[in-house]
Amino acid sequence: MLKYLFLEQLKRAFAIAKKDLRIYYKRGPVLIYGLITPFFLFLAFFIGRNVPIQQLFSGLIGISVFFSSMSIGPAIVPFEARSRTLERLASTPVSVWALFIGDVIASFLYGLLISIVPLVIGLIFGVNIVEPLILCLGIILAAFCFASFGILLSAYPPTDIPATVMMISTLVKFPLVFISGVFIPILEMPDWGRIIASFSPLTYFTDLVNYCTHGSSYYSVFVDFAALVGFTLLFLIVAIKIHEKTLPERLS
Amino acid sequence: MEHAIEVKDLTKNYGEITAVNHINFEVRKGEIFGFLGPNGAGKTTTIRILTGVIKPDGGSATIMGYNIFKETLKAKQIISVVPEMANAYIDLTAWQNLMFIGELYGVPKKERQERARRLLKEFGLYERRNHLARGFSKGMKQKLILGMALLTEPQVLFLDEPTTGLDVESARRIRDTIRQRNRDGTTIFLSTHNMEEASQLCDRIAIINHGKIAAIDNPENLRMKSSGLKSVEVSFNKPVSTNELSKIPNVTEAKKVGDKIRLYTDEPHSVINSLIDYTRSKGLTVISLNTLAPTLEDVFIKLIKEHKGD
Repeated sequence: MLKYLFLEQLKRAFAIAKKDLRIYYKRGPVLIYGLITPFFLFLAFFIGRNVPIQQLFSGLIGISVFFSSMSIGPAIVPFEARSRTLERLASTPVSVWALFIGDVIASFLYGLLISIVPLVIGLIFGVNIVEPLILCLGIILAAFCFASFGILLSAYPPTDIPATVMMISTLVKFPLVFISGVFIPILEMPDWGRIIASFSPLTYFTDLVNYCTHGSSYYSVFVDFAALVGFTLLFLIVAIKIHEKTLPERLS
Repeated sequence: MEHAIEVKDLTKNYGEITAVNHINFEVRKGEIFGFLGPNGAGKTTTIRILTGVIKPDGGSATIMGYNIFKETLKAKQIISVVPEMANAYIDLTAWQNLMFIGELYGVPKKERQERARRLLKEFGLYERRNHLARGFSKGMKQKLILGMALLTEPQVLFLDEPTTGLDVESARRIRDTIRQRNRDGTTIFLSTHNMEEASQLCDRIAIINHGKIAAIDNPENLRMKSSGLKSVEVSFNKPVSTNELSKIPNVTEAKKVGDKIRLYTDEPHSVINSLIDYTRSKGLTVISLNTLAPTLEDVFIKLIKEHKGD
């Protein structure tokens, strides 16, 4: 019975994801913060520097998956509150967790789709991937983790202004990019930098991508996967708890 | 189980403001229950609690026997809502909106497609089923929202101000639909500002003010119970001062209404006799003379005033 209820709710979460993807992928803030910003950030950092593509790849993949997976999620709830569709949604027989898992799934699928682009670019330019299966699993897990993070960022404050949430999420995302080994390898960081880096989920993903392209990494593959799973669960649980509390405030 | 909705001692506070203050009422199965009150009376908060959108601070509520706070999903599965100020997804087509709601309620694909076709035809939206809701007029959007609520074939339908701001034709179409669904067995919980609408549609009415229930009865009983709200409406061939007419014995208030004068009284017959004497003495001619029962609006205003005085 419980299994049936869970599967039924999951089905409804997929319906929400389908709706999100239909509506939000082309919204201005999603395109600006999810695609254009990371693209120019990447160009600004690497143009003019003589860095081989094999080394660039982990940064490129890291930024793409990180930004694109977090682009739709934060925008959904404020958009829904503003366009007066949230109350209708809240009155349907869908659990709060399923409602937000739906949003996570939409962000996850969007991030996954976008990450194909740098992957193909890397392969075209001759990037050698020594562990393709681990890389695929890593991208899937990281996209889900960052999508959950995006939903967490939209939980507080309970605003109905998408730009406010996107700004807050950008304020969180940018510092994380700089401390997560995307531009400066973790091994080259000072001790305090490494400690700070260990609090960012992006660190473990870039480390995993490094392993898949270079065959070596700062953390073990197990630690990278475990950290990504841990962060995902943490983001999901905290996001759902906060959204449960703030949902009524968004409706008033 | 006789009642579709049972509300006991329901309370909701927003900081120091008590939006819903220990209210109690029942809605019988198959009735249209009107929920009337001025702005900020607690109507929308009550509906949000009963539809499981927000949690109360006290009390209990059941929908078809399901406790809305403990068996929330079961209760939500058999209800549907047209919230005040709700919107359809404007970036989805009418068809996609209906399909989405069907999926959220677990309506099988074939069935939801069949129901959607029927509803779109009923509301005159079938030809525009593949158009984005963004381009719809307010009336069309409201019909689509009602269609989304009806697609799930709910046992209890909550409507929060469903005809506010609509043109006459759209409002009438929605009222006809409400009547039809009620005839088919759906219990309707209708929150409205429109007294005429409540009077025409509702089997019983609750009047809420400052979060408290001021009265519950059927529209006719509410009118009959209201003493001092009967009136005599008269028009003369010449202008007459309302001040003079208010001095007629048993007249509690005289008010100009268009080209007529309305005299409020508990004894219309005595006032009519006095009016005839008055017209003779002043050499006037009566053009029209009617006795009026109190309207629901009169009852509503009186109850709200009494309630303010409490």
